Amino acid sequence: MVQTKETIIAIRDLQKSYKDHQVLNKINFSVKKGSIFALLGSNGAGKTTTIKILSTLLKPDKGSAVINGLDVTKKAEQVREIISLTGQYAAVDEGLTGRENVRMIGKLRHVTNPNKEADALLGKVNLLEAADNRVATYSGGMRRRLDLAMSLLGNPPVIFLDEPTTGLDPQSRLSMWQMIKELADSGTTVFLTTQYLEEADYLADQISILNQGEIVAEGTSQDLKKLLPQGHIELGFHHEEEVGAAFSLLKEFNPSINQESHKIVLTTDGSIKQMTDMLNRLDQAGIPVAELTQKQPTLEDVFLTIIGEKEGA
Amino acid sequence: MEKVSSMKSQFNDTKVMIGRSMRLSFRSLDTMITTIAMPIMIMFVFVYVFGGAIETGYENYVNYLVPAIILMTIATGGTYTSVRLSEDIHKGIMDRLRSMPVAKSSLLSGYVWTSVVFNTLSTLLVIIFAFLMGFSPNANVGEWLLTLVFLFLFTLAISWISVLSALLAKSVEGAASYGYLVLLLLFISSAFVPTDSMPKWVRLFAENQPMTSILEAIRNLLIGEPVGDNIWISFLWLFGLLVVTYIASVQVFKHKTS
Repeated sequence: MVQTKETIIAIRDLQKSYKDHQVLNKINFSVKKGSIFALLGSNGAGKTTTIKILSTLLKPDKGSAVINGLDVTKKAEQVREIISLTGQYAAVDEGLTGRENVRMIGKLRHVTNPNKEADALLGKVNLLEAADNRVATYSGGMRRRLDLAMSLLGNPPVIFLDEPTTGLDPQSRLSMWQMIKELADSGTTVFLTTQYLEEADYLADQISILNQGEIVAEGTSQDLKKLLPQGHIELGFHHEEEVGAAFSLLKEFNPSINQESHKIVLTTDGSIKQMTDMLNRLDQAGIPVAELTQKQPTLEDVFLTIIGEKEGA
Repeated sequence: MEKVSSMKSQFNDTKVMIGRSMRLSFRSLDTMITTIAMPIMIMFVFVYVFGGAIETGYENYVNYLVPAIILMTIATGGTYTSVRLSEDIHKGIMDRLRSMPVAKSSLLSGYVWTSVVFNTLSTLLVIIFAFLMGFSPNANVGEWLLTLVFLFLFTLAISWISVLSALLAKSVEGAASYGYLVLLLLFISSAFVPTDSMPKWVRLFAENQPMTSILEAIRNLLIGEPVGDNIWISFLWLFGLLVVTYIASVQVFKHKTS
């Protein structure tokens, strides 16, 4: 990964409110050049507002946002030259073909050879084959990929992605992740928002968690994981005696028994290794597992834990 | 030097925006039907079905009707401008464009000039069909030119009204609804029948709203009759509407950006 210690985006005490509603309350963070930064939060946390301010669409009430040394309010014109925005909904023209969409943006960005660049980018996002079909016939994943290609025209050094995988099927999500990774590997700074813990975990070098307009936690995904509540696994059995046997076999996982439904709940670190270990032991002891449910900590759990700690302290 | 290049890029950006909307319009079957086929069909119905029963004082009803059909064509064309702009706002395309180094003035004016180009084409088609249905204007070159000036001003005014309504509306459906108001104004005017036959209170409204004076001005110009005061009244209406909606649109757009 091409990464320097140089800061490319710096946000200081950023505030924004709509009428009486405070959307952003003095948020601070910085993003390093060539890295992937994720702003994680649920709906209404203020993610889109932040991205709109950074991409010069909204003016903050107070505080400052600086990209590559340029203030986004005072030097909006110059900022627009070095950024690119991919909004929450694929902003593509359904009545045009994929190629026409990309070419149009190329012309507006005044790139020297819009047609050639358009084809190169369509190849990059695996849309060359469908390039001459109207976008109306594209799937959700294809639209997002086209949207990304449009944002990449002119090779902007900073790219903003507002919830790039919301609403995508798992396969499309994976291919989008791949492209985002490649983008960062080639030196582009990627700023993305997401509601998925998993996505931030997989992609981001640095994560800030936004809740009700405030940054409640920040760090690498390793840092943040320490804050997570532990995961749980629920195992169901056919007979009561099996429940008892499993209980003694898996004592170290802190089991608790639910006699009536023939189930036990175990605490895990969420790793596959630990899970296989549990199942192997049961298998070797000849105890058949009837049902397995994994209870992953959700983003809500993280919020609740962090906010709970904040209020408790 | 910098001014020249910024003007050049403004021109380029506007050109790209116009090219895009023209493509979208020509590819959308319902746009073509609503904005071009509908007015021609309505003209057909009025000329061959209702026309015989309408007493206008004109020997040939189509001569009376053509200005109304042209304004109707431009008004429906305008609603499409609203719909496109509104869709672009709600689907995030406007956000994308605004976050790019695109000349600000091109963003709104792109929609307006597209509307002008598109309406010019649809108006031309309507006029051709009018001739096929027996339209026989009697205007000299000067009167034709004045008619074109009025139609151009009317198109510009309608286009800026469309832009303003798209900027103010909360949904795509809402953005197009003002179009019905314009159509209503057309129906309560001298567009299809002379105002003499209307009850007094309706007539009072019909004769003092902008549509009637614009219609009368164009009608008299095309038929080669003296236009009278209507030429100034309609010019003032159009110019006033244009200035007000232009300023309001730019202000609303600016306000939305902060």
